[in-house]
Amino acid sequence: MVGAINLALDQEMARDQRIMILGEDVGLEGGVFRVTDGLQRKYGPRRVVDTPLAESAIVGVSLGLAVAGMLPVPEIQFEGFLYLALDQLCNQLGRYRTRSRGRFGLGVVLRVPWGGGIHAPELHSESPEAVLVHTPGLTVVAPSNPYDAKGLLASALRLGEPVVFCEPKRLYRAVKDEVPEGDYTVPIGRARVAREGKDLTIVAWGAMVREALRAAEELQAMGFAAEVVDLRTLAPMDSAAVVDSVRKTGRLLIAHEAPRTMGLGAEIAARVGEEALTSLLAPIERVTGFDAVMPLSQLEGHYLPDYRRIVAGARKTLAA
Amino acid sequence: MYFERFDPAKGQMLQVLDQDGRVAEDLRPDLTDQRIRELYERLSVMRLADQTALSLQREGRMGTYAPFYGQEAAQASAAFLGPSDWLVPSYRETGALFMRGLPLALLYRYWMGDERGMLFPEGTRVLPVEIVVGAQPLHAVGLSWGMMLQGDPGAAVAYFGDGASSQGDVHEAMNFAGVFRTPTVFVCQNNQFAISLPRSGQTAAANIALRAAGYGFPGILVDGNDLLAVAGAMTEALAAARAGSGPRLIEMLTYRFGPHTTSDDPTKYRTASDVEAHKPFDPLLRLRRYLGGRGLWSEQEERLILARARAEVEEAVRAAEAMPPAPPSDIFDYTCRTAPPSLERQKDELDAFLKGEAGRGAAEAGGRASRPGSGKPSAGRG
Repeated sequence: MVGAINLALDQEMARDQRIMILGEDVGLEGGVFRVTDGLQRKYGPRRVVDTPLAESAIVGVSLGLAVAGMLPVPEIQFEGFLYLALDQLCNQLGRYRTRSRGRFGLGVVLRVPWGGGIHAPELHSESPEAVLVHTPGLTVVAPSNPYDAKGLLASALRLGEPVVFCEPKRLYRAVKDEVPEGDYTVPIGRARVAREGKDLTIVAWGAMVREALRAAEELQAMGFAAEVVDLRTLAPMDSAAVVDSVRKTGRLLIAHEAPRTMGLGAEIAARVGEEALTSLLAPIERVTGFDAVMPLSQLEGHYLPDYRRIVAGARKTLAA
Repeated sequence: MYFERFDPAKGQMLQVLDQDGRVAEDLRPDLTDQRIRELYERLSVMRLADQTALSLQREGRMGTYAPFYGQEAAQASAAFLGPSDWLVPSYRETGALFMRGLPLALLYRYWMGDERGMLFPEGTRVLPVEIVVGAQPLHAVGLSWGMMLQGDPGAAVAYFGDGASSQGDVHEAMNFAGVFRTPTVFVCQNNQFAISLPRSGQTAAANIALRAAGYGFPGILVDGNDLLAVAGAMTEALAAARAGSGPRLIEMLTYRFGPHTTSDDPTKYRTASDVEAHKPFDPLLRLRRYLGGRGLWSEQEERLILARARAEVEEAVRAAEAMPPAPPSDIFDYTCRTAPPSLERQKDELDAFLKGEAGRGAAEAGGRASRPGSGKPSAGRG
């Protein structure tokens, strides 16, 4: 997935001179995950900028750059440090179109490595997407595979709105699908049915999609056909895709890494309750991280949902 | 010349016009007496506009408002921005925005609680009012950086106060500006209070201007109640920024005569005599003395100036109050370029609810009117 994101940035930078990348260690080093590797060499230090170490400034300055007509692509090195920039992201960037009466709809694509599973230190494995989805004015994207990552990033860069691009860091090197070299986009705001099935809907995004697909394989062996819906965009959420699937299957399981309480699973469950209550044959099941602090590496495997917990949750709802 | 001659680390402060209206000729900026006279008249309108906003709030015709009484000369620094420069304000810059040429009626409308007050005339190089203390200097740095990268000749001016100087974002902004040598002018209006906390409670440093050295660019402390000092420092800083010599910090030392906002009670943290002690340093008073000494101001002329100011401000109030309220759908219309279905649905929900209420209200009003002696609705209603 690292290569797909790098290729998208490369191609879009060649296409659009307004694009500039800024963040900590993104230039010379190519980012701590090497996502921006080689781009400073190719586009120069004016377009790929190593900034001082200050998350709030990286986002706040990007807002100003966008007002001036640039298309900044700031990087926050790890999602756990996003909180340092939350005022600039939520109170400033997300509101600027409204505050300026539509004059400054700001194209800023904030890239952030996301989620757990790489045995990292504290605050390097978080999933704070609910905070962002709850903020008006932010588009939030979370790809689950290299093809979507390239196409969604291209779309994000052409959107002209503030986008937070959540990159599941455990997929950076784990997934090595070939992606088309040529120009293509994947639409923002549209979910994807990653696997069709009639007995149960599993909704997931980011790294959880891979677990959901593996769970669906296991369930297949048990005689159940699970449908996997990959949200791809978290805000605005394609709830129609989820509702359509639940109308077909009658059962819903939501899997996410973030803590359960007020995680996106709650919103998805509410929307299904509003629009497809009578289609439900069983209570909605949530397989999630816990309402506890994300543990250090030795215990993270117990915190993060995996395919086995998804299978267990699925069997519960299938038995109901 | 000012930045070199006045070192804030040595406690030196630029003053051109003292409180008695005497001018230090060797420090005098390139401003004709005629121009000073014009500016004095604009400052008079500005002061009346501020006092009027306060009265409107007391009468319930305006919401919370942040007055700048006493800071008029510092606010007038905005008059020295060129057409290609950007003004990046905090919430206490109504005077600066007025000097930048924004219609007073729009600014009033904003403080009356109508977001449409931020719809500035096309091409106006002003960012919207910022409410979070200290958030906006970062925007000014990014904006001026982007201008520099694109060969736009202007600078961006970030306004903030002594309270904001303690915020991390203000430090980050100055540090970025220094590293990338952006054409940014940081204007700290030190009005000596952040709501109730005096400047001495914000920092142990002797002044705020000396911090510029820590970021690798020049800073200056100026008498913020001296329009000529403000003009000189501002003009020099803008010229330096535009010429590519990087950012500048100007601390304008002034004093807020009024409350922090209309919901603040300043008697809790300072006495009336504290305020009175600062009155001799009133920025308008010394301009009157200066101009009077040159035959450009008199009590009689002051009456004419105030009459003209009153007419201008009254017209702005009239125009602001004449604006019909925004439709409720306005809440939704600027959230994103294309509203997603979930937001469209919420907009329709509100619309349907309001139509239903209106229908019911009309039916009830009709019912009431048909009953004899029920012309006046009860107090609990509506």
